[in-house]
Amino acid sequence: MPDLEIRPILGTMRRNPVGAILIALQVAFTLGVVANSLFIINDRIGLINRPTGFDIDNIVTVQSTLLDDPADKLQQVRTDIEALEAIPGVIAATSVTQLPLSNSGSGTELFASADPNAPEVNGARFTMTETGLDAMGLTLAEGRWFREDEIKLPSTYGDPINVVIVTRVMADALFPDGNALGATVYDHLRRPVTLIGIVEHMQGSWISWQHLDNNIFTPQVPMQRFARYVIRTEPGSLDQVMSQVEPTLAATEPRRIVQRLRPYSEIRDRTYTEHRAMAIMLGVVSVLLIIVTAVGIVGLVSFVVRQRTRQIGTRRAIGAQRLHIVRYFLVENWLMTTGGAIVGMALAFGVNYWLANLFSLPRLDPWYLPAGLVILWLVGLLSVFAPARRAARISPAIATRGAAL
Amino acid sequence: MFSYYARLALISLRNSPALTVLTVGAIALGIGVSLTVLSVYNLMSADPIPQKSDVLYAVTLDSWDPERPYRERDATIPPYEMTFRDAVAVRDSDIPTHAAAMFKAGFSVQPGNPDIRPFRVISRMTDRGLFAMFNLDFIYGDAWGARADEGGEYVVVLNQTTNEKLFGGEDSVGERVRMGDNDFTVVGVVEDWNPTPKYYDVNNGAFDEGEEVFMPFALTEALELYSAGNTNCWKPEDIESYQNFIDSECVWIQYWAQLDDPAQRQNYQQFLDDYARNQQSVGRFQRPLNNRLFPVMEWLEVRQVVESDALIMLAISFMFLAVCVFNTVGLLLARFISRAPHIGIRRALGASRQAIFSQQMVEAALVGTAAGALGIGLAWLGLQGVRVLYREVDRLTYLTPSMIVAGFAIALVAALAAGLYPAWRVCRTSPSFYLRLQ
Repeated sequence: MPDLEIRPILGTMRRNPVGAILIALQVAFTLGVVANSLFIINDRIGLINRPTGFDIDNIVTVQSTLLDDPADKLQQVRTDIEALEAIPGVIAATSVTQLPLSNSGSGTELFASADPNAPEVNGARFTMTETGLDAMGLTLAEGRWFREDEIKLPSTYGDPINVVIVTRVMADALFPDGNALGATVYDHLRRPVTLIGIVEHMQGSWISWQHLDNNIFTPQVPMQRFARYVIRTEPGSLDQVMSQVEPTLAATEPRRIVQRLRPYSEIRDRTYTEHRAMAIMLGVVSVLLIIVTAVGIVGLVSFVVRQRTRQIGTRRAIGAQRLHIVRYFLVENWLMTTGGAIVGMALAFGVNYWLANLFSLPRLDPWYLPAGLVILWLVGLLSVFAPARRAARISPAIATRGAAL
Repeated sequence: MFSYYARLALISLRNSPALTVLTVGAIALGIGVSLTVLSVYNLMSADPIPQKSDVLYAVTLDSWDPERPYRERDATIPPYEMTFRDAVAVRDSDIPTHAAAMFKAGFSVQPGNPDIRPFRVISRMTDRGLFAMFNLDFIYGDAWGARADEGGEYVVVLNQTTNEKLFGGEDSVGERVRMGDNDFTVVGVVEDWNPTPKYYDVNNGAFDEGEEVFMPFALTEALELYSAGNTNCWKPEDIESYQNFIDSECVWIQYWAQLDDPAQRQNYQQFLDDYARNQQSVGRFQRPLNNRLFPVMEWLEVRQVVESDALIMLAISFMFLAVCVFNTVGLLLARFISRAPHIGIRRALGASRQAIFSQQMVEAALVGTAAGALGIGLAWLGLQGVRVLYREVDRLTYLTPSMIVAGFAIALVAALAAGLYPAWRVCRTSPSFYLRLQ
């Protein structure tokens, strides 16, 4: 093993500690920020990329408000859906009372038994028509979807229903022992309802809710004059279908206001705006910070090289090879970086501990600390390389001259 | 003397352009990032109505579930909104200087002019007290009269944008507009009202758009309106008619009152508590008595308007600034020490330590000023970026004059702090040491 000259390097640092301390401090703070940022970025990307359970990339949604009360709301919705499904490129369309991932909507609860002490299981509630399964592109795990004759008009508010479909997670929460399909469950007023189907997975309305995957489907059309439609298109036909939606709805009933015609992915993007912004900002800040630290190291090492020109020349004159000079600076910097990084790891942990306590954020995964350390080692070594090479080019003859400092 | 030092500093800065760029760039980046984050944070936590935020109160009543508090984590906080029946009862009090019940509801507007297509607006259903309480500015007309707050008067106040859309910005007082299934008479036009944060109703986000029109709260029952904002219910109730809904324990009405002095506030608190006790006798309000009046800034805190993300970014941006300051100390140190021989000569020629020190600090100040200017430029760029990232909240992303001043101040202080140690080191050097080397 080659002699890394650690002892003389430490001696030099002790005699002139300010530069080393400055670099170590920068490294410490940078590591604290970078480790926490990477952790938060990864956490947010994980949130955004959770599987939605529906065909989000091929769906268009739109809102319609009639200007007059429809003579027959159920028929009005059916006419709209048929007209929308007739647009070339459309696979299926349904009305829906609220949109998954929109961060708005309403929830309800179901009970596994009529026993007043039965625990309630909460979920967001999506009312759809018999075309809902295809229009959302959901996967049915067990049982069946709604039949046409089961679709009802909602009574003003508490709409009694006979059949219900839930997501797999919700079914498991209601019946931990299985056998949910076909079971009788009870609504918020403890009225019995039959569970006729289980959907493999669908994300619900509020992205930060702990029960995001608990969802309930009921067979109805929306209230009063309002309707929201979900239209699933064949891959590649989204834009062309979108241009047809407004004229199609206007043709079936002109006295209405059509708004918020947009691809579904836009709704998801809007809902996750803050998470995405946070991830991007932290990424930018981390990269800038690494650049600043690298610049700092380059600057200080260049200065040290200039200051020690004569010393380096002397070493070269008494036989040190270029490699030795480069190695000297690399090792010196590695020691500073490592010292700073050890402080930085403690700092990173402290910052996370403080943030976690304050905002009930998840605890920092310890693997981010060595990851941060490796990043800073690389940054340190890369930044020191150019000035160290310059040092290695110092001519041995310089030792014999007097003027240089 | 200062200008002489400044000239010397400029010469020295020009002599090592790479180091100068690095030094100025390092601080400027730190300022740019901190200022960007600070601006967003500041606007998030700004007082939306500084003239009277300490006399405006969010009125809350704890009519919630006897079994559990409204907020699981903090039982001292009553529901954010009120039931319809409680709001109607509280409206009877004449203790507050101004008061208003309110919620938002959607309407379809059918303009008389057939060239304008029907469109949707969000209306704030409220009492006339809102206009004076929140200092809305009327362009035409005025608030509706007290009788409209009793019900039966189909009147509307438009905001400027809607008045522009419907009447080309003309004085439209007395004109009629069809909204929903009724004709409303315009009684006033106000300037667009978008307080940031939207303190009076943060239920759909603190940076939600303000409403486009205002109508009497007293029309709620006649029009059978539901909230376009938030409705929260705790009690299993069979709600089959609109009457069931407005009699229910669901909370969906915001309530605000202006209470100018402590006595008035105390009276009002007494009134609310008496009302709640009275309701206990009919089986409601089964939780411990907890009716609270929150002044604006306290309310924003309760509603957690400044998001944890903003605080995290704030903490991180200050660590960033710290790194930039350490960096600058290093770079200034390198600069000053490499000039030590030159300083040795000046000392030998009679310059005092103090003079050398001042000269170094002037140089640091120059670096700080340049970095401040560059940093403000970077912050402006940063805010453009934030605007793109956050699409909707572009109202949050401008640099206020106080932020610009703060940017310069931070840059100067950072540079002077960073210059202190190197300047001290340099002026300590003994002239003879360097003279020997010449």
